[in-house]
Amino acid sequence: MIRESLIFEISDPGKPAFALPALDVPEAEGLLDGLAVRSDIPGFPQVSEVEVVRHFTRLSQQNYCVDLGLYPLGSCTMKHNPKVNEKVAGLAGFAQAHPCAPPETVQGCLEVIKSLEDALCEITGLQAFTVQPSAGAQGELVGMMLIHAFLKSRGNPRKIVLIPDSAHGTNPSSAHLCGYKVQEVKSDPTGRIDPDELEKAVTEDVAALMVTNPNTLGVFESDIADIARIVHAKGGLLYMDGANMNALTGIVRPGDMGVDVLHINLHKTFSTPHGGGGPGSGPVGIVKALEPFLPTPVVVRRGEALDLDFERPRSIGRVRAFFGNFLVAVKALAYIRTLGPWGVREIAEISVLNANYIRKSLEGIYDLKYDAPSMHECVFSDKLQKEATGVTNLDIAKRLIDHGYHPPTMSFPLIVQGALMIEPTETESKRDLDGFIEAMKAIDREARESPEILKAAPHHSYVRRLDETAAARNPVVRWEKPKNP
Amino acid sequence: MSYISLSAADKSEMLARIGVAAVDELFGCVPEELRLGRDLDLPPAMSEPELLAHFDKIAGRTTYPRYLSFLGGGAYHHFIPAAVDALSGRGEFLSPYTPYQPEVSQGTLQVIFEYQTLICQLTGMDIANASLYDGASAAAEAVLMAQRLNGRSRVLAARSLHPQYRRTIETYTRNLGLTIEDIGFGPDGRLDGADLAAKLKNDVCGIIIQSPNFFGVIEDLPRAAEEVHGRQAVFIVAVAEALSLGILEAPGKLGADIVCGEGQSYGLAPAFGGPFLGFMACGKASLRQLPGRIAGQTKDVDGRRGFVLTLSTREQHIRREKATSNICTNQAWCALRATIFLETLGQAGLRETALQNMHKARAALGRLTRITGVQARFTGPVFNEFVLELPRDAAAAAEGLRAKGILAGIPLGPDYPELQNGLLVCVTEVQSRESIERLALGLEEILR
Ligand SMILES: Cc1ncc(COP(=O)(O)O)c(C=O)c1O
Repeated sequence: MIRESLIFEISDPGKPAFALPALDVPEAEGLLDGLAVRSDIPGFPQVSEVEVVRHFTRLSQQNYCVDLGLYPLGSCTMKHNPKVNEKVAGLAGFAQAHPCAPPETVQGCLEVIKSLEDALCEITGLQAFTVQPSAGAQGELVGMMLIHAFLKSRGNPRKIVLIPDSAHGTNPSSAHLCGYKVQEVKSDPTGRIDPDELEKAVTEDVAALMVTNPNTLGVFESDIADIARIVHAKGGLLYMDGANMNALTGIVRPGDMGVDVLHINLHKTFSTPHGGGGPGSGPVGIVKALEPFLPTPVVVRRGEALDLDFERPRSIGRVRAFFGNFLVAVKALAYIRTLGPWGVREIAEISVLNANYIRKSLEGIYDLKYDAPSMHECVFSDKLQKEATGVTNLDIAKRLIDHGYHPPTMSFPLIVQGALMIEPTETESKRDLDGFIEAMKAIDREARESPEILKAAPHHSYVRRLDETAAARNPVVRWEKPKNP
Repeated sequence: MSYISLSAADKSEMLARIGVAAVDELFGCVPEELRLGRDLDLPPAMSEPELLAHFDKIAGRTTYPRYLSFLGGGAYHHFIPAAVDALSGRGEFLSPYTPYQPEVSQGTLQVIFEYQTLICQLTGMDIANASLYDGASAAAEAVLMAQRLNGRSRVLAARSLHPQYRRTIETYTRNLGLTIEDIGFGPDGRLDGADLAAKLKNDVCGIIIQSPNFFGVIEDLPRAAEEVHGRQAVFIVAVAEALSLGILEAPGKLGADIVCGEGQSYGLAPAFGGPFLGFMACGKASLRQLPGRIAGQTKDVDGRRGFVLTLSTREQHIRREKATSNICTNQAWCALRATIFLETLGQAGLRETALQNMHKARAALGRLTRITGVQARFTGPVFNEFVLELPRDAAAAAEGLRAKGILAGIPLGPDYPELQNGLLVCVTEVQSRESIERLALGLEEILR
């Protein structure tokens, strides 16, 4: 196998350069006079197009991806990314539109934003949306800021945000970034929020409870209506992390559960590709009372036309330039239009069916710390294998790579030791689910018969197990020209 | 159209294995009274041909591509080599998640490592992160990082910083006890040195300056750096037009402590403002305060080089509320496009593109200021944008040119009341001598 070099290692300043048309205006004299300019960017590559194409094509082959197979990374909703959505996002009316263009000339773009906001309102039962947030975490931050601004307008922004111990790390981090103190709420023995415990924690210092529903165990918070009542009774707001919306679409709406503010991830529920880590999009939905505080600008209808409203004196402001990750919004809207009302409901139905099929098939073989009913994902652990053989979730995950699958999410949520969080999504075939189940069963057998195979896994990947400790201890985070001996 | 892969027979078999009669039973944990109990009120499903026709129609309502456009202001029209679309469109790059499992993500991880290296080379800094959301939020993150570095809370921001970056900083810092104060600009469009000197005290956390600034003017960074460092404050340089780094000296060589900015010019379409590419780079000593993901080099058990996400104790999934930032998903695929773009252009191509931008902008400025009553608003040197001072309200003039099929620039009045007649014009390598002439003739006509 060819080991792919870094581009810098094959660079040669003697190679022909990328060609531009000849300059068609007279060269300005003294163009660079008095300016600090550079004659050389030390180490910057110079390679041919052939080399670039082969470099990235070879690198691409070192990636596992949804286009290759089941990607059961829990909480990440790795569903199929429809190809047509890429084509739609590439239309000149979207991809070539300049964000500072007069609204009259970008009506198609504004229509996409408005239509997506409307569709998300219907799907979530909330009254208004902003698509400005660039990803889930930025959505959380916007949500917290909206709550802060709203409570402040009522006289007191309050100090504390309550967050269950099973929550994703972005939740406490976002609340903190909004100036709130984070207070943890312990999950009950079923993995859910205990309304009685919550009642004790909610005071008039509490601005909001951030709840994930279904929670990160894939368990629906069945007491959600009570939870909302408890928070509201003390004047707090209910924030929902909608990362797990895949389990709910068309079945139950956060707005109808008493949620006041919600973010969803278009890069999860609405199929937009993750691109190896982003871009995402984290639209935020709210109840009517928070509307004056939405980030600016807001897309509004004026007669027949759409326009941008910047005159919003109570707005929290903006959290990035322009209108969010717009092309991600285009893809999400295309997905919703493709599916229609029943198709959107089918997202939830089949993702829950697929997750339960996996759960049923692996129950008893892998430990389920919490046995409450699963929705779109289930969280096993390495307990049985570890006790019997000493192998850990890491070993199991790495061995799955040899069996041809991407590993599940590991070691999250934090309340499950040695977690293996499995989310198949609705787009997988039974054949693929069965293949994954068989691989998990085979790994359990291997663990018992020859644990050393797991401990040394993966065996068949481009690189074998990597030393992450060494990477952090002695950080090498860029290429540098080797010093001459 | 559906993307479900199960047949009716598959479903029955699966339900039987689970031990329930219908899918509905799996939702037993959702209280009946909360359920929607009706179909969603959404337009009916579409086949792929219908979908394409539908969106063709919507996209067609954006008439922007029919105009001759000189818009810039933080989003730029540049040529994108075909290799960028072809390679970045591969499913192996588009459809993986964040590279949490390095052994099956070496493609993405090596790309991030190369991207970080390129950003370091371009900015002249030691280290860079794997990307942030966009230039504006990167500017906000830079300000928060400066506060972590020295614990002070007064931040100075150039008024010539992109107004949307400025607003983003305000939003991010509002509840955190930071104050943001303006530093004005002089007749050359550069930072007002006297204003800086007056406001720069020992309690200043940092200053953020953009270069080329929002008016297109290239700042005198070393001069500002000296003053800022005299007060042990953090010198943040924002770059909204990253192409400029192909010819202008790296901010890191001119005294910047943090360089942040927008990488859209590296192979990303204007896309109505996103997805774009926030970048951030700093000195080695600040490594642990840098927000966002970082890829690092290591070895596998056989001693082969490989790459992993590293230093994650800075990040939210480990540190929760004590993390350096809440960012999780970033703009990895945009960073990939930037990497392909930069490596395709190479050192010589990047320099030539940057130079052509400067020459064309200079030619356009010369031509336009020969029109009676039209002047350059500022005297400072520019990269590929400049502010024209028109003999009348710039918004009205722009409106007049629009009727002629030309979007001549961004009227500055809404963001700068004192620049009511100011029009920000951007001229990149995609403009030709003819298109510049068309703009000039149009402007002449409407001013006549
Ligand atoms: C439950 C949950 N909340 C929040 C997030 C953060 O979303 P993002 O990565 O888009 O910022 C994620 C995913 O990473 C998540 O799984």
